[in-house]
Amino acid sequence: MFLTDNPAPITLGEAGVYALLGYAVVFFGLILLMLVVIAIGKCFIAADKKRKAQAEPVVVAPVEEVAAPTAPGAAGDLKLHNVEPKIAAMLMAIVADKLGKPLNELRFLSIREVEE
Amino acid sequence: MNIGEILLNLWNDSGFAAIIAGFTSQGGWQNLVMIAFGCVLLYLAIVKKFEPLLLCGIAFGCILTNLPGAGLYHQELWNNFMNAEHEAYHSYGAILRDGGLLDIFYIGVKTSLYPCLIFMGVGAMTDFGPLLSNPKSLLLGAAAQLGVFVAFFAAVAMGFTGGEASAIGSIGGADGPTAIFVTSQLAPHLLGAIAVAAYSYMALIPLIQPPIMKLMTTPQQRAIKMVQTREVSKAEKIIFPIVVTIFVALLLPDTAALIGCLMLGNLLKETGVTDRLSDTMQNALMNIVTILLSTAVGSTMVGSNFLTGQTLAIVLLGVGAFILSTAGGLLGGVVMCKLTKGKVNPLIGSAGVSAVPMAARVANVEGQKANPSNFLLMHAMGPNVAGVIGSAIAAGFLLSIFGA
Repeated sequence: MFLTDNPAPITLGEAGVYALLGYAVVFFGLILLMLVVIAIGKCFIAADKKRKAQAEPVVVAPVEEVAAPTAPGAAGDLKLHNVEPKIAAMLMAIVADKLGKPLNELRFLSIREVEE
Repeated sequence: MNIGEILLNLWNDSGFAAIIAGFTSQGGWQNLVMIAFGCVLLYLAIVKKFEPLLLCGIAFGCILTNLPGAGLYHQELWNNFMNAEHEAYHSYGAILRDGGLLDIFYIGVKTSLYPCLIFMGVGAMTDFGPLLSNPKSLLLGAAAQLGVFVAFFAAVAMGFTGGEASAIGSIGGADGPTAIFVTSQLAPHLLGAIAVAAYSYMALIPLIQPPIMKLMTTPQQRAIKMVQTREVSKAEKIIFPIVVTIFVALLLPDTAALIGCLMLGNLLKETGVTDRLSDTMQNALMNIVTILLSTAVGSTMVGSNFLTGQTLAIVLLGVGAFILSTAGGLLGGVVMCKLTKGKVNPLIGSAGVSAVPMAARVANVEGQKANPSNFLLMHAMGPNVAGVIGSAIAAGFLLSIFGA
């Protein structure tokens, strides 16, 4: 660190030169810094654009979608008596699971709520 | 046992006796005036809220150092420290051996430790994003250093030495740590007056700047709405402090301490992996150093040093420096407004005088007065943080000329 004693007086002319030079140095330093920051910013903007361009989805020719073959059989027509469709679907799924068979291989004729 | 003698000795050892004995011959009245001045500063800090975090410590340090007989601070030790012909020249050992508590506090100012640590905290609290998104605002930070150099010239014209004039000019940077850094190196005997002037003017920014803004800009210019700047990536924010440190320290090596600490603090904030360190810098470290710095600065306000014509000259030159720096920034803003065909609101130039974030807030408030839908805060933060770098470069230049 500096430990200075600087009693030497300076002339007004010297002071003027120092003042002008100092102000110019501040401008010079910050202009250079501005150019550096602009350059860095441009590099990042360019890199960002490149990254975005690479990340864009590749446009491919539309391929005719082939529907997957459905499983054979159907649950058939189902008559519900006092049962909500949601509950019926749940019951059918449980039965299929318990039997270990796909749902479309089972035929449900009707579901009725048994009232005691 | 002679009770009377004991009481007499107690009286003779007391500060009251010292004040009475030395009231006329040893400047006892000056101590009383300084204690009263310290109380006024405390009033301004506590009641008027003028930079209370710093002014409270400065004021209390002023009171402590002017208590006769307390022996907390010894101006003569520091005079010997700076006297090349004295055996204690540049001897911190002599200070530690013979000094009081405030002498030891002051070593941190003399070695520039405190201003640098404060800068570290400032860096950890600063977001350079607005500056990175609009790098042209660096020009406004440069323009706003006008007051530093005009005040330097005026101080030389008034008979101050080059080092003293540099320290006085640094008030125009509106950056407390930088002003203390320069003064402690080039004119330590003026430290108290310069620190008080610098922090007082910073507290008075909302009063000092608006009239200059109105004088130098038209209502149409003040009403200009600025467009949103681009978003800055995290990587950019991490690279910035590293680049600035290398670049500025290579350009002006004397700024390496200030810029290095500022940018280290900022780097630790931006990395995202050193949150604990950044948090410590922003809070605990900053608070501890503020206490030590402010008290140490206050301790230099010894009556015989402070109550001189020089202090009055410093106060006047300081306010002149502040006004001219604001004017310089505004002038830069007006030029930029014309060059961009009205895309830049010149008010943001006034924020180039550092004093983060107060100056940016004042620019925002004045912009909203001219156009209530105007939000200049983020645009003004660019020149504001550029001003911190600009004042550090100005300090580096003055140190390189007069520090040798």
